[in-house]
Amino acid sequence: MATTDTAGTEFSTDLAVGRPEDHAPPGIGPYELAWRRLKRNKVALAFGGLFLLIVVLCLMAPVYAKYVAHTGPAANHLADQVKVGGKLKDVVSPDGIPAGPTWHGRFFLGADANGRDVAVRLLYGGRNSLEIGLIATLITMVLATITGVATGYFRGRTDAVLGRVLDLIWSFPVVILGVALGVALAVGGLQIGPFELKGNSLGVPAVIIGIVYIPYVAKPIRGQVLGLREREFIDAARTQGLGHARIMASEIMPNLLTTIIVFIPLIIANAILLEAGLSYLGAGVQDPNPSWGTMISDGIRLIPSAIHLTLVPGLMLVLAVLGINVFGDGVRDALDPRAKVRIEH
Amino acid sequence: MARFVVRRLISVVLVLFAISVVTFLIFQAMPNGDPALRLAGRLATPETVQAVRKQWGFDQPIYVQYLKMMEQILTGQVISYTQQLNVIDEIKRGLPATLSLAIGAGIIWLGLGILFGLLSALTAGKFLDRGLTVLSLIGVSTPVFLIGALMLYYLGYKLSLFPLGGYVKLTDSPWGWFTHLLMPWFALSVLFIGVYSRILRSTVLDTINEDFVRAARAKGISERRVIVRHVLRNSLIPVVSLFGLDFAAIIGGGAILTESVFNLNGVGQYAAESIGRLDVPPVLVITMFTAGAVVVLSAVVDIIYALLDPRIQL
Repeated sequence: MATTDTAGTEFSTDLAVGRPEDHAPPGIGPYELAWRRLKRNKVALAFGGLFLLIVVLCLMAPVYAKYVAHTGPAANHLADQVKVGGKLKDVVSPDGIPAGPTWHGRFFLGADANGRDVAVRLLYGGRNSLEIGLIATLITMVLATITGVATGYFRGRTDAVLGRVLDLIWSFPVVILGVALGVALAVGGLQIGPFELKGNSLGVPAVIIGIVYIPYVAKPIRGQVLGLREREFIDAARTQGLGHARIMASEIMPNLLTTIIVFIPLIIANAILLEAGLSYLGAGVQDPNPSWGTMISDGIRLIPSAIHLTLVPGLMLVLAVLGINVFGDGVRDALDPRAKVRIEH
Repeated sequence: MARFVVRRLISVVLVLFAISVVTFLIFQAMPNGDPALRLAGRLATPETVQAVRKQWGFDQPIYVQYLKMMEQILTGQVISYTQQLNVIDEIKRGLPATLSLAIGAGIIWLGLGILFGLLSALTAGKFLDRGLTVLSLIGVSTPVFLIGALMLYYLGYKLSLFPLGGYVKLTDSPWGWFTHLLMPWFALSVLFIGVYSRILRSTVLDTINEDFVRAARAKGISERRVIVRHVLRNSLIPVVSLFGLDFAAIIGGGAILTESVFNLNGVGQYAAESIGRLDVPPVLVITMFTAGAVVVLSAVVDIIYALLDPRIQL
């Protein structure tokens, strides 16, 4: 599944071997070609659609909360009763066991130990998980591209300094670094100049995850830039009198775009997973904000009595991450059938 | 070889120094993180806090504190703030569980990763390949603590096939050791099997079209021997290098999530608990320990590289 490298290359040879003598049809660019390959990869598109569907559902969280569930993500209904399979039942039984899925508007996926609606929290939590994943990816990609291009282009002293910083982040165990930063920031928050992060805000895990993954992207970019800067078109640009900034922006960057695009889904998927891991260890999203990670870890604490509290957010998380992973795989195959990009945990 | 060892030893020292400084600063620079307040307890008077601060040396400049901490770590005298136990002893206590987890899981994920990757490559595009690709993608998309928790619930609690977490010493009961570790081994392996099999699949597919493989076939060697001796051996290099790093990270306590969910009381769980208590000394020692393990094992990997591929020189 999601591996149409053979089909993709056949397709490319058909079109890439242009015949300059006849003028129509016009040649197609690499991105148009990639898009056509991606369109043929139905599995990747389906999983991309699944991810998009989850995103849309999570964005609709307030609508669902207001019109279907009639409750908010933090509202508890400890004293209420709800119909499960025709019988009236406590939302949370006297010995602390929450009700399971009712499959009706209210408590569609059951309640948690505080009598909160799991379906509502799932959507709001998804918003937070996805938001953290996207912000973290943005941070990683921007900082990694800057450091990768700068170290690869200038080499020498820049590389020596920035490269060592990358090595340092790299040699930290991902989860230990994440948890240490997470706990430290959750206690005190962070203030750098005008930017302020409250300890319990979503920005804290997003920033941490964004930092942790920088070397994984910056190193391959650096390697690619090292090769690019020796090419003739860079020399040509230099002899034309272009400055360093101009060369990096308009000569080197366009050649990195494929790598950057390929990394984006990969980092989003891993950021969502790392957020869940950090939240499980208490270093991610802080109460009362829900996220898939905090919901799973709350669920695990109640596991023998209420398995739905683990299964529901767990399944949602796996589907979302699987969706973006399969789609990302398809994008990678489409852009460069022979590329090898991966990330480790 | 001697130059290689010396160069690597220098880099171990540099990495450990840098990591210890950064970890120390993360916890020292943290607001509201005054360890004296926590050590003195909830109901401490300002005088008690002051006394604690003086006793532990928190009133001294930060570099003095760092040097003192390093001296304690290097002489094995370092004491944790909250439990006031010797950190090195605690790590030694957790090491058997962590090592057992790492070795067992390493064997499983390397074996199954290579097997699945090879099968996938040899049947590229066919049903088996697609099935294995789906499985590996699901594997890399599932958090390890979720797999662990569901295994504990269904296999441990519902079916009572396995004990519900914890660690039994190999010397106490080999069978108990095995049954307690079987679920953690597999839970930890799932992600790595997914990653390794996908990498191996693509390198095997690259190698299989090389000229030397055609030459080997032309010589009339059996297909099995072509695959094992020529294709697989040349495809293993990226997998071996990854294995060294991943394995080292787990020995160093990197399997925090697995150890925590199965309550193995290993080095990783000790790290997680210490971080939760904002206890600087154990966190410092464990991060240095992990980073040290990674650097040392990556040197070992480079040596194995040279053995696998005679063209590579150290």
